[in-house]
Amino acid sequence: MTLRKLGLYAAALLLSAWVLVPILLIALAATTPREDLYRWPRPLWPERLSLEVLSSFARQEAVLRALGNSLAVAGLTIVLATLVSAPAGYALSRYRFRGREAVQLGILATKMFPATALAVPLAVAFIRWGLYDTLFGVALVHTALSLPFVILIVASVFRGVPAELEEAAMSLGASRVGAFLRVTLPMALPGLAAAAIFTFILSWNEVFAATLLTVNHRTLPALLVHSVVAEGAPLHYRYAGGLFLVLPALVIIFVIRRYLLTLWGVTVR
Amino acid sequence: MAEIRLESLHKRFGRVVAVRDVSLEIREGEFVVLLGPSGCGKTTVLRLIAGLETPDRGRVWIGGRDVTRLPPGRRDLGMVFQSYALFPHMRVFDNVAFGLRMRGVGAAEQRRRVQEVAELLQIADLLDRYPAQLSGGQRQRVAVARALVVRPQVLLMDEPLSNLDALLRLHMRAELKRLHREVGSTTVYVTHDQVEAMSLGDRVAVLREGQVVQFDTPTQIYDHPADRFVGSFLGNPPMNFFQATVDPEDGSLRVEGVKFPAPAAYAEALAERRGGSVLVGIRPEHVSVGAGPLRGEVLVVEPLGAQKLLTVRTAHHVVKVAVGPDRALRGGDPVALGLPEAHLRLMDAHTERALPRR
Amino acid sequence: MDEHRPRVLAAATPYLLVLPAAAYLAVFVVYPMAQAIRLGAADPHTGGWTLEHVRRMASDLYFWPAVRYTLWITALAVPLQVVLALSMALLVNTRFPGHTVFLYVCAIPLAVSDLAAGLIWLSLFTERGYLNAALVQWGVLRSPFNFLSHEHPAWLVGAIVTTEVWRATAIVMVVLVAGLQLLPRDYAETAAVFGASWWQTLRHVLLPLLRPSLQTALIIRTVLAFQLFATVVTLSGRLVPVLAGETYFWYTLYRNPHVASAYATLVLLLSALFVWGYLRTLRPEGEGT
Ligand SMILES: Nc1ncnc2c1ncn2[C@@H]1O[C@H](COP(=O)(O)OP(=O)(O)OP(=O)(O)O)[C@@H](O)[C@H]1O
Ligand SMILES: [Mg+2]
Repeated sequence: MTLRKLGLYAAALLLSAWVLVPILLIALAATTPREDLYRWPRPLWPERLSLEVLSSFARQEAVLRALGNSLAVAGLTIVLATLVSAPAGYALSRYRFRGREAVQLGILATKMFPATALAVPLAVAFIRWGLYDTLFGVALVHTALSLPFVILIVASVFRGVPAELEEAAMSLGASRVGAFLRVTLPMALPGLAAAAIFTFILSWNEVFAATLLTVNHRTLPALLVHSVVAEGAPLHYRYAGGLFLVLPALVIIFVIRRYLLTLWGVTVR
Repeated sequence: MAEIRLESLHKRFGRVVAVRDVSLEIREGEFVVLLGPSGCGKTTVLRLIAGLETPDRGRVWIGGRDVTRLPPGRRDLGMVFQSYALFPHMRVFDNVAFGLRMRGVGAAEQRRRVQEVAELLQIADLLDRYPAQLSGGQRQRVAVARALVVRPQVLLMDEPLSNLDALLRLHMRAELKRLHREVGSTTVYVTHDQVEAMSLGDRVAVLREGQVVQFDTPTQIYDHPADRFVGSFLGNPPMNFFQATVDPEDGSLRVEGVKFPAPAAYAEALAERRGGSVLVGIRPEHVSVGAGPLRGEVLVVEPLGAQKLLTVRTAHHVVKVAVGPDRALRGGDPVALGLPEAHLRLMDAHTERALPRR
Repeated sequence: MDEHRPRVLAAATPYLLVLPAAAYLAVFVVYPMAQAIRLGAADPHTGGWTLEHVRRMASDLYFWPAVRYTLWITALAVPLQVVLALSMALLVNTRFPGHTVFLYVCAIPLAVSDLAAGLIWLSLFTERGYLNAALVQWGVLRSPFNFLSHEHPAWLVGAIVTTEVWRATAIVMVVLVAGLQLLPRDYAETAAVFGASWWQTLRHVLLPLLRPSLQTALIIRTVLAFQLFATVVTLSGRLVPVLAGETYFWYTLYRNPHVASAYATLVLLLSALFVWGYLRTLRPEGEGT
């Protein structure tokens, strides 16, 4: 082991610890018994762990409902985003047409539009349209936020399937749609699944719009913001909420770890 | 089987004119090769026939049917792509059976016909594999099998051998020839390899910048190139060209100050050009060495086994000459070159097009 | 058979395919954008233009602090993120055994929301959090220090910046790793052959080549930094006001969509301004766009 190598590993370890330790700590905090959490002096390592805080958090009806809402919104967003972005992504990957650059520029521009700026006017509009405080309304906004990214991902997925395969299918008697369904779609499916997962994470994590657009039908992040800001929820509640938000994300990102670079790499190009 | 007729096809991509005014009549069961340098529009012509592109102008007829506006799937053709375009997510069997399925052929019949074509192409034991598990040559066979299984009226192939190594290419060339004899479908074959074109084609269409410059049998194209481009594109090494003047009095040719009798077949064409200039073309194997009026010096000798290739410098030209392998010549040797009258091909000095022969 | 139909359809196909997305974005992005400006600048009763809401926003007690804090946090966090992300990316690029695991670990925060990040770091920074526990245990402090109180705004900002750096370094790193992967490896090796030190190679070869990636990363990070909300709210409540936070408070607390829209428009303008600035100053020489 040379000195250079040693330095390399030390740096890698240090940076890994920087990322991992806070996550371990919230997990620890959420599994520390309530009375230990507020005791002082606080032992660095808790004497015992328990699921008491987590389970009482998860048993609250509001939390359960918010969880269900979050999942419903994410599911709806995936469906909407896929339906709207797949054709556009396909067009961008397969056709040269006048206005193509304009479309790409538009996507780039909308990527820059923050949820912060969209949420207020949309809330006002949704009240008029009867979409305010509905899960469908939140999903609509999440779809708008994810669309530019998902279009880019989908386009790159379709670009990965050679156009020649579709043409071969057409030369063998398939229609355009048939060629797409029988050849391109099956081959693009893993990539599209990854895009769906990306959409899920985006929707699951979205705080601002969800907070502004809901009152009775809060998603989990919206519920947490509300209880922290408006109700001053106790620490153990916050920790449990934090862990609840992080865990699914961790699992998902582990599942798609091989696509990480491609997914996020595509969206930021 | 069906004949193909292309009527003044035009196709442009943005500012690039890929195909201009291409008209061809391909007979039933004929093997026609589209030959030309990279970017000359061969693939585009093929894709126009296939219906993968729509022409800006012109018509495509297959078997007496105007198919210009028909989608590819309804033109009754099979196509082999340069990359083979095998469906990676399907086994070889399903790849081959794809066209049958699209035509609603029953399962039993599918199996029978796939088996039949698989035996023809010697891929019967590969049917359970995925394309990724095949060698280049095997993939190529599968691609051909997939195109043939639907018994298309027309078979289109776009450089199907260009991804194979030299030996395999030689082998597959012979195979394709055998296959065409057995199946007999009208075939259009794209290549930029002149040897492939000569050996496979009943007729060869030479393309340049989107235009057909010559459409004829391989021997005719080799012996009587329609212009200087064809003469230098076909043949390895290419045809030699000399600047020559036409004697104002007797119509004989003057190359580097030396007088040559003009071939009788060109007498009429030369009569109009007395006192002017022409291009004289001659194949390297037809230049006679040892006796002749042209003086030169051997620059390079390349022994190629069956023959020796000489590069000779004369007063104003550099000439490629093919001689027998036992000719003892070395770099620096002086040689005399002769240009036998029967093998001279004359072209217009400006348009570079072949002069009419009688 | 209708002779012309397929041709026309073929030409229209890409437009038909793009149409749903374009329409969707028009309704849910472009329209609200315009609406934000209108809400922020229109009189709710007469419908005419007015600067009333903007004036109300600007004269609010929290306004200038919000502008200042937003800019400060951005100015502190973004360079730190870039430096940290560059270190991670360069480490990954050495392809040491285990670099894939390292890459995965560094990418984890990609999936962590700003809200979750805020809650995570709350467990460290809060008065009875891990940081105080450790510092007291190791004898650095005698009694716990309240990092998150209004008496120590510098510490508050520090905690927010730390959290932001922790969370958002990942996206910058992904951009840079992707950028590094596009560079042929021979560049660095050629430089090494000419005797360039590691530092010289980085400074004169890698960084200039990485410029487009750095530009992308900077744009993304800055625009996102203006949307800073949940991190700040979880760590400081309204002790450190920021622009997005004020949008939220004006809408939900004061129920005034007009001033909220004025804030939203301001965020929009600031983002656009910074993107434009980056594109101008960081444009590689000799390239049009
Ligand atoms: N889809 C397209 N878009 C734009 N230009 C094209 C397209 N297809 C072909 N071209 C252009 O048309 C011309 C002819 O292309 P084509 O593919 O037919 O050539 P080719 O003879 O097959 O060449 P090669 O031997 O390299 O395959 C080229 O200049 C090419 O760049
Ligand atoms: Mg081609």
